[in-house]
Amino acid sequence: MARRQSKRKTIIVSIVAWMIGLLLFFPIFWTMVAAFKTESDAYSLPQNFLTTPWTLENFGIVQERSDYFRYVFNTTVIVVLSTLLGLLFAIPAAWSMAFAPTSESRSKLSGWNWLAIVLGALSVCFLGLYFTDWKPSNALLGIALLLIFVVPASLWAWSLNTHNSLLWMLSTKMMPPAGALIPIYLIFNRNGLVFRDWGWVNLSEYNLIDSFWGMVPLMTLLNLPIIIWMLFTYFKEIPVGILEAARMDGASLWNELFRILTPMALPGIASTCLLNIILAWNEAFWSLNLTNKYAAPLSFFISEYSSPEGQFWAKLSAASIMAIAPILVVGWFSQKQLVRGLTFGAVK
Amino acid sequence: MGTIALNRVRKAFGDAVIIPGADLEIRNGEFVVFVGPSGCGKSTLLRLIAGLEDTTSGHISIDDKDVTDVPPAGRELAMVFQSYALYPHMSVRSNIAFPLKMAKMPQSEIDAKVNHAARTLNLNDYLDRKPGQLSGGQRQRVAIGRAIVRNPKAFLFDEPLSNLDAALRVNMRIFIMQLHKDLGSTSIYVTHDQVEAMTMADRIVVLNKGNIEQVGSPLELYNHPNSLFVAGFIGSPKMNFVEDNSIGVRPEHLQTSDKKGDWAGTVKLTENLGSDTFLHVDGGQLGMITVRASGESTLKPGDRIWLTPEKGRLHRFDANGKAIRK
Amino acid sequence: MATRQAQVLGKWALAPSVAVLAAWSFIPLALTIYFAFLRYNLQDPDNTGWAGFSNFYYFFKDPYFTKNLINTVLLVAGTIVTTVVGGTLLALLLDQPFWGRGIVRLLMISPFFIMPTVSALVWKNLIMHPVFGLFAGIQRYFGSHTPLDWFGKVPLLSVGIVVSWQWLPYASLILLTALQSLDEEQKDAAAMDGAPPLSYFRYIVLPHLARAITVVILIETIFLLNTFAEIKVAGIGGIAGNLTYLVFSQLNDATDVGMAAAGGLVAVVLANIVSVFLVRLVGKNLEA
Repeated sequence: MARRQSKRKTIIVSIVAWMIGLLLFFPIFWTMVAAFKTESDAYSLPQNFLTTPWTLENFGIVQERSDYFRYVFNTTVIVVLSTLLGLLFAIPAAWSMAFAPTSESRSKLSGWNWLAIVLGALSVCFLGLYFTDWKPSNALLGIALLLIFVVPASLWAWSLNTHNSLLWMLSTKMMPPAGALIPIYLIFNRNGLVFRDWGWVNLSEYNLIDSFWGMVPLMTLLNLPIIIWMLFTYFKEIPVGILEAARMDGASLWNELFRILTPMALPGIASTCLLNIILAWNEAFWSLNLTNKYAAPLSFFISEYSSPEGQFWAKLSAASIMAIAPILVVGWFSQKQLVRGLTFGAVK
Repeated sequence: MGTIALNRVRKAFGDAVIIPGADLEIRNGEFVVFVGPSGCGKSTLLRLIAGLEDTTSGHISIDDKDVTDVPPAGRELAMVFQSYALYPHMSVRSNIAFPLKMAKMPQSEIDAKVNHAARTLNLNDYLDRKPGQLSGGQRQRVAIGRAIVRNPKAFLFDEPLSNLDAALRVNMRIFIMQLHKDLGSTSIYVTHDQVEAMTMADRIVVLNKGNIEQVGSPLELYNHPNSLFVAGFIGSPKMNFVEDNSIGVRPEHLQTSDKKGDWAGTVKLTENLGSDTFLHVDGGQLGMITVRASGESTLKPGDRIWLTPEKGRLHRFDANGKAIRK
Repeated sequence: MATRQAQVLGKWALAPSVAVLAAWSFIPLALTIYFAFLRYNLQDPDNTGWAGFSNFYYFFKDPYFTKNLINTVLLVAGTIVTTVVGGTLLALLLDQPFWGRGIVRLLMISPFFIMPTVSALVWKNLIMHPVFGLFAGIQRYFGSHTPLDWFGKVPLLSVGIVVSWQWLPYASLILLTALQSLDEEQKDAAAMDGAPPLSYFRYIVLPHLARAITVVILIETIFLLNTFAEIKVAGIGGIAGNLTYLVFSQLNDATDVGMAAAGGLVAVVLANIVSVFLVRLVGKNLEA
């Protein structure tokens, strides 16, 4: 501010701002307070701060009863691995969009052509299934029909130019998880669509439900659009001249990506990881539906305390605090990353 | 060997044609300068030769081998960028060593070459610093070092001195010329500064809106410009054009007299540089004429003056801007 | 501009990501389409076959369908309006200098990082609970004997409050950042031109914020359409649920895979319509 503002205005603004800040933070504060009370005390209203016996017992009980640290471990594993996996896919993809962009579609077919092809493939599948009373006579036929639809659709997605490609990736995030739940469940599940006894090979031992092998790729896919977008905005800030110098110096693509680009983009990559950690940590839909015991993350841990029978507010509060504390602190330090990541670079 | 040939090279970005068609032969060991106003396509032409851009049509050959479809790494050329393009996370030593590492040279050889380059360029004290800790001139030398170690077929310079201050620019200019003399390699140098062009080049290529207007030695371009454009571009201050752009004469080729001469005029403004005086003369029907006089000239605004062009120093141009040779 | 070689490499560098994302979106889509036309209830798993449009028919006829559809729209629209308006005001407030601004900012952004499940539980049991909750306590303090059962009587509003509380920080943070990128010189020029604060806001600040606001709306729509955890954890499905929850309950409670798939497909189609619309609108504001 070039001009000093009046003392009076500053005071009024301070009061209003602090009031609003405290108000917004209040639910969290209230929970923190309740976590340190004994169970019986947590109910009593009005709360008497001075005479309540403060205690740490709730935290202990929560850990004992539901092994908080195991959930933290699970969450950490899922979050870290999915972030790394995401980077593996996203760095080349973001490089491609930032440094080798295309403005026209990569294929000679127009958008309407593709729509016709995909709808045509869909109709073929429809008719094929219709005549078998909608039950494919064997699994191979089912897979073939699936591919007839999925392959042209995928080729269409690949042919998009850079701008549309980015928008398409964004739109995959808009897919209602409700719609995908059943197929994913059936694909992941033992004796479902994929992991069963095929005759020539028996996969029914394998199960992606409630397993890291299922949750990690899933988390990666959920957040891949955001990772790619965010890396893309950071990569665009790197002067292309340096990469050109590397090309003139004889660097292959691998060298260009990992000896030159990645070291230079390290702050951007770190920011992206930070944002991804926050998003993956708080993810609830898939965590609640696809895990149970072995790979269950903190979202699941909390849902165990939501059953209506038995009031145990103090323990609930303690469990809540234990679940949210790490990410809250991380979040405080990553405001900038949040802004850039969740506006896809539109605001920096 | 480092001969480069361009054959009907054309470059267009969609509907925008940057270079309609360029033919050029560069001989081994030559120092060729691409010069022209902003947007004339000189950098684009350089990047086409480097392989950083694709030709829309036409062929580029190096040493009689067609390299039109060969990526930059395969053309054995080295480029010095305007912004130096040093790798910020690597030390000076690693920067210079990088191309050799990419060529999978044994480490001992790499070290030898890097040390040699560092000695040539006076970088021995900075080998372990990062580019961010160096001054502009030092960074420029590192960029040159990175180019030299590869023993390329030719050096490509993309306005390398534009980001340096005036004094440093003069020093670096001399430095590059000396380097060229010592190494003897073919060099292509892009600049918009015609002083750099005139002092450094064996041959100058003048570009205008993507077209090669004229190719020749500096003196050839100075004495026998092919067109209005080249005549006006080479030489500072600019050549005077009178009688509807059909006659041109350079400020330094006009004799002054306070009694008689071919053209009459009134001095409007004088610029005294100490070594020379530039007189801006209102020639009435002829328009404004710039004349170079000695530094001791005592002429003042308002004085009457007569100008006579020196013999053989008049340039005539036809209606299309082309020079008419006698 | 890149060379042909770089573009070829680019194509292949992009391919793995496109492949997995395409598989992730198209395979479930194909399967959902398949199941939507299949008669398949987990309680009667062998009785399967072509179901025609009956799944869709029954899904639309579900007594909760229309209500849930409206709820979805209300929830998303209401939250967006609340957060954008509130966010703008908060951003304006936080743009002013005052003591402890950094701390207030931390306090203010905290709700966004709280897990949705935790938010729901805390609001439902500690704050809005009709007996032990804070709101109840406040009402009793003012003499009322029948404190409002928020989640019982006004479930949609309650969920709306929770979700708005979570997303207000996001909107505020984005808009504050955008606000702070407003050129200082423009402020000075406006002052020299004698612009009163309200006009300054309307003609200079608001247009500058417009781009950020559109992006906020886009992002919030993407995430809010799929609100799930809050509704499930607060246990208010059914009449106050949204479309996402309805599909889930078909699967979970009714175990009717066919109907759930039909519902999922409806949700997908609706989401796609919204997304195409929005993305076209906002797409040019994004950096691409």
